[in-house]
Amino acid sequence: MNHSNAWLQFGLFVLSLVLVTKPLGLHLMQVLDVRGRTFLDPVVKPFERITYRLCGIDPEQEQSWIGYTLSLLMFSLVGLLFTYFVLRFQHLLPLNPQHLPGVEPDLALNTAISFTTNTNWQSYGGEGTLSAFSQMVGLALHNFTSAAAGIGVAAALVRGLARHTASTIGSFWTDLIRCTYYLFVPVCGVFALVLVSQGMIQNFKPYDTAKVIDSTPIQVPKVDEKGQAVLAADGRTPVLEKKTVETQTIVQGPMASQVAIKMFGTNGGGYTNANAAHPFENPTPLSNFLQMLSIFAIPSALTYYLGRMVKNARHGWAVWTTMFVLFVGGTLVAWKFEAAGNPIHQQAGVSATDGNLEGKEVRFGVFNSALFATITTDASCGAVNAMHDSFTPIGGLVPLFNLQTGEVIFGGVGAGLYGMLIFVVLAVFIAGLMVGRTPEYLGKKIEAIDVKLVMLVLMALAAATLGLTAWAAVSPWGQAGLNNVGPHGFSEMLYAYSSAVGNNGSAFAGLTANPADGDVRYNLTLGGGMLIGRFFMIVPILALAGNLASKKRLPASAGTFRTEGLTFVVLLLGTVILVGALTHLPALAVGPVVEHFLVKAGSLF
Amino acid sequence: MSSKTLSFFDRGILSQAAADAFRKLHPKAQLKNPVMFVTLVGATLAFGQLFTSQDPLGYVLQIAFWLLFTVVFSNFAESVAEGRGKAQARALRDSRRQLVARRRRKDGTFESVDASQLQKGDVVSVTARETIPGDGEVIEGAASVDESAITGESAPVIREAGGDRSAVTGGTLVLSDTLLIRVTTRPGEGFLDHMISLVEGATRQKTPNELALTILLSSLTVIFLLVILTLKPFGLYSQVTFSITTLIALLVCLIPTTIGGLLSAIGIAGMDRLLQRNVLAMSGRAVEAAGDIDVLLLDKTGTITLGNRQASDFVSAPGVGRDRLAEAAQLASLADETPEGRSIVVLAKEKFNLRGRELTTSHTFVPFTAQTRMSGIDLPAAGSGQPARSIRKGAADSVVRWIESQGGTCPAEVRTAVDGISRQGGTPLVVAEGRTVLGVIALKDVVKGGIKERFAQLRSMGIRTVMITGDNPLTAAAIAAEAGVDDFLAQATPEMKLARIRAEQGAGHLVAMTGDGTNDAPALAQADVGVAMNTGTQAAKEAGNMVDLDSNPTKLIEIVEIGKQLLITRGALTTFSIANDVAKYFAIIPAMLVGAFPAIAPLNIMGLKTPYSAILSAVIFNALVIVALIPLALKGVAYRPMGAAAMLRRNLLIYGLGGVLVPFVGIKLIDLLLTSLGLA
Repeated sequence: MNHSNAWLQFGLFVLSLVLVTKPLGLHLMQVLDVRGRTFLDPVVKPFERITYRLCGIDPEQEQSWIGYTLSLLMFSLVGLLFTYFVLRFQHLLPLNPQHLPGVEPDLALNTAISFTTNTNWQSYGGEGTLSAFSQMVGLALHNFTSAAAGIGVAAALVRGLARHTASTIGSFWTDLIRCTYYLFVPVCGVFALVLVSQGMIQNFKPYDTAKVIDSTPIQVPKVDEKGQAVLAADGRTPVLEKKTVETQTIVQGPMASQVAIKMFGTNGGGYTNANAAHPFENPTPLSNFLQMLSIFAIPSALTYYLGRMVKNARHGWAVWTTMFVLFVGGTLVAWKFEAAGNPIHQQAGVSATDGNLEGKEVRFGVFNSALFATITTDASCGAVNAMHDSFTPIGGLVPLFNLQTGEVIFGGVGAGLYGMLIFVVLAVFIAGLMVGRTPEYLGKKIEAIDVKLVMLVLMALAAATLGLTAWAAVSPWGQAGLNNVGPHGFSEMLYAYSSAVGNNGSAFAGLTANPADGDVRYNLTLGGGMLIGRFFMIVPILALAGNLASKKRLPASAGTFRTEGLTFVVLLLGTVILVGALTHLPALAVGPVVEHFLVKAGSLF
Repeated sequence: MSSKTLSFFDRGILSQAAADAFRKLHPKAQLKNPVMFVTLVGATLAFGQLFTSQDPLGYVLQIAFWLLFTVVFSNFAESVAEGRGKAQARALRDSRRQLVARRRRKDGTFESVDASQLQKGDVVSVTARETIPGDGEVIEGAASVDESAITGESAPVIREAGGDRSAVTGGTLVLSDTLLIRVTTRPGEGFLDHMISLVEGATRQKTPNELALTILLSSLTVIFLLVILTLKPFGLYSQVTFSITTLIALLVCLIPTTIGGLLSAIGIAGMDRLLQRNVLAMSGRAVEAAGDIDVLLLDKTGTITLGNRQASDFVSAPGVGRDRLAEAAQLASLADETPEGRSIVVLAKEKFNLRGRELTTSHTFVPFTAQTRMSGIDLPAAGSGQPARSIRKGAADSVVRWIESQGGTCPAEVRTAVDGISRQGGTPLVVAEGRTVLGVIALKDVVKGGIKERFAQLRSMGIRTVMITGDNPLTAAAIAAEAGVDDFLAQATPEMKLARIRAEQGAGHLVAMTGDGTNDAPALAQADVGVAMNTGTQAAKEAGNMVDLDSNPTKLIEIVEIGKQLLITRGALTTFSIANDVAKYFAIIPAMLVGAFPAIAPLNIMGLKTPYSAILSAVIFNALVIVALIPLALKGVAYRPMGAAAMLRRNLLIYGLGGVLVPFVGIKLIDLLLTSLGLA
């Protein structure tokens, strides 16, 4: 395997990431300031003004944290219900050339939650379940707005830090509209065109049917005349029947426009079930590279925004560096273990030099799959170009651990920054004491109420991930969805709930969350996990923003705890790893760690 | 104070604390400390497992006992911290048993009543050898009072009606004369009562930072509780049975018992450290605030300079020899018992070898008065042809007026010298004989040795010093430059002090100051840390949040350091406690899984002998580390003034990295010991 090529690509990626951070960060400073100016003003400003007028919004009217929170919650609820009904009634709505039926209630709910929370967990099977209208309206709406809302929350928190003795933290409506108009729509428009240039499809045609050259015999679940799966005597196992594949359905649709926002807004919900592994959804190495870059672009730029807004650019870069180190570390571990391959494969005579290619697109190979997997789970994107389920145990542990840090390694748009700032507050509180002063972060004293809010988030996330996994692990419905047994099966469940709570959306693809027997519990528990992961984070964060904004700012002196430089980066790294590891280590031990040692000893699952 | 020299590790205190440690096992006493409460519940459950567990009995029994010991050790730490204060409180209580007060009736006669019945506003009479029955203000008389019961200082102090020395404290002893005192506090609320409850820790409340830390520790406990509760179902799925005893052991190892067990001891010890320096903090909050101080308002006199000015030079008038000036100055100062006067005699002796002479002839000393602002001596004409001499020294304008009244004039050179001395921060005293001006004595403030270095240290810690002085701006600037303070407030009035504090606070600073007079009270109350001198008035003592029993204003700097040390100790032990968890996981997780999955044996990187010995070693380490850290918690981590960045690096390395590494060694050693003793 050509390592120098991989290193070159890695270097190119890092360089590009560094290069986009500052310009995009500067753009964000203007977008997130209601009086900011951008080069898009001549074109976009009229639309912005009309929107304000139509919605009766005074763009300069700022909100308290409670006002901001209520607006966000209300907007999310309305959006959630809208999508739910679009999915339920997609058979009555236009742009459904495949005549796909309305979506079942639990699946529709799960999907509506999934997109409202910027998770894009897909219990449904992409092109086989949803019409173009459902995707373009029901889902894409959230791809834009949930991303914009995430940025808004991060901006509100940054404003809380930057302001002092203030009662407001910005306007949700202004943030939402400006992020959508000045950031997502224009960038995604251009990005979609670039993707089309790479061969990605963009049309409203019905799916093509092609006759295959080699007919393949397969086993599929037997379906009765109503389209319901026929179950065996135990009422759970679907009855299988033999069929021969003679034709192949080839997906068509407005893919490039969907993919642009799916990546740039760290949404991750694929147009196709195969997501970015599908040749239409990720046609070339360049499209693969650009998709990876677009995932990290906004989260990375937001750290620059943070630094500039709090008038401490070095702090922004310190946060960036922490994220970067965690990202590089994860990538190298995943790459190393994927490149080393599976010892059992090798015993069976598979060449060790290729690494573990199971579940990977040979077009991308080991390195680009490991890199993509790390990026998509660092950021809460969730798009995949390889099946994480087929990674080696430690290769799969990296994405799993990334999810469990709370998606703070660059993270989702906005969510990554506000998630990381939780760890910053925690690190400042614990270590800040060690300089002999009441801990302060950027001149704001960290007091009992702030610690309470931060810990509330961490407790909620841990409770949801571990609690739901535990429930599924000992329940028949939970075990029924597994594709594998033993520790690998456990990893599938742990991954699913970590992904849901982390609002990531990727899956250890083996898990069947939407079983043929119609059991709703995976859909509902995952939906619950996504809601907790999104809103049990956002509400305390906005409260924290409001509380920080109201505080006095203490002037810095030689006795002040510095939130920049190497010491701080090391401290923050330690906090993220330690808190993440201490909370999830036993679960990881039961899953991938045990599996790693068992695979070495020759067992497969 | 009688118990001042008492060590924390005095035999009496330790044995008392050991008994208290078991008494405090009462669940109600543990409720205020969630971490330890969970540990206690865990220990109880572990004892319950003795009857149902399938693990070896010896293992369960040892786990249960060590969990119990974890709580006991934490109680012990708290009791030791309280011990010294309790001993002190006992001594204080003894000093005030069954006092009888002579209370004035309305008709002016006196009646004997029990001191505990004295009400606010009552007037009592106290004479020599009697103990003052309650806090109050002297309204008549002056007396020397032995306040050693409170300050530990046996030299008597003068208390008199009017002025800044009118406050007396209940429990102190009148040595001479009689005082008429108006009681100013209600029974049971006096200074001594307050002091007793403070040193005993009875009124201890959680400080804001302690509260925040408790929230953090409780939340971590909840998170680890979740981790353990879900581990059971994870085990069920994996077909591994995790025994309840082992799960409890893991839980207690993971929750932050080290800091949880030492947190209150650290707080108590912080107040105690102040007490050892004879500073009485009215609340733990004040101690904590001291660590946050970034502006110190320091009175010049006594803090920055020695209390008194000293003669530093003689500048003679034109046509007058310096020795003549020195001789006259010495003569005029012979009877001047003020330190300034004595320093003139000494300087004349040192510079011109003029010995202090016995005056044989009859003479008259002219003492200093506020009206004349001069002092001097009148010598009659001596037989051997010496004319009568009349020498005066004093403030320039007064002396000049005096010679002018006799028809003399002051040479311009003398005026220049006077201005020059003032400009350099000195005080000029003009000496004249008859109608001739002889010259000027320069008195200078003497800046305390080492104070400049101290201020430089403070600056590196991010603390700014502001000198408060009644001097004019010129003088103040000169002393400020010499002492190395960052700023000064010249010709300061109490109102200006208050305004300055408000301005600093408005800019986000936290301010500390010392004060003693009644007119300092508003500023003391406004300051974040206000240290009242014990010699000061009642109003000042009530306004401040600390009282310095030694009345030494320099101590403000130490107070700040103690506050910082307190916070650092908390942070260091929290970091250490959390970092410890890494090693405990490496001890316990492989031990729990290796039975079902023998392949994971390489994960046991410490090479612990058996699963049982691994878990037991982690639990024992977890308990013993509390004991091992008690001295650190009580004495505070070593503190050296340095910038925040350097301090953070240092402490992160010691307590963060050390916290990760130490338990690996500790657990391994305990494992070796256990297996060699055959205990596991």
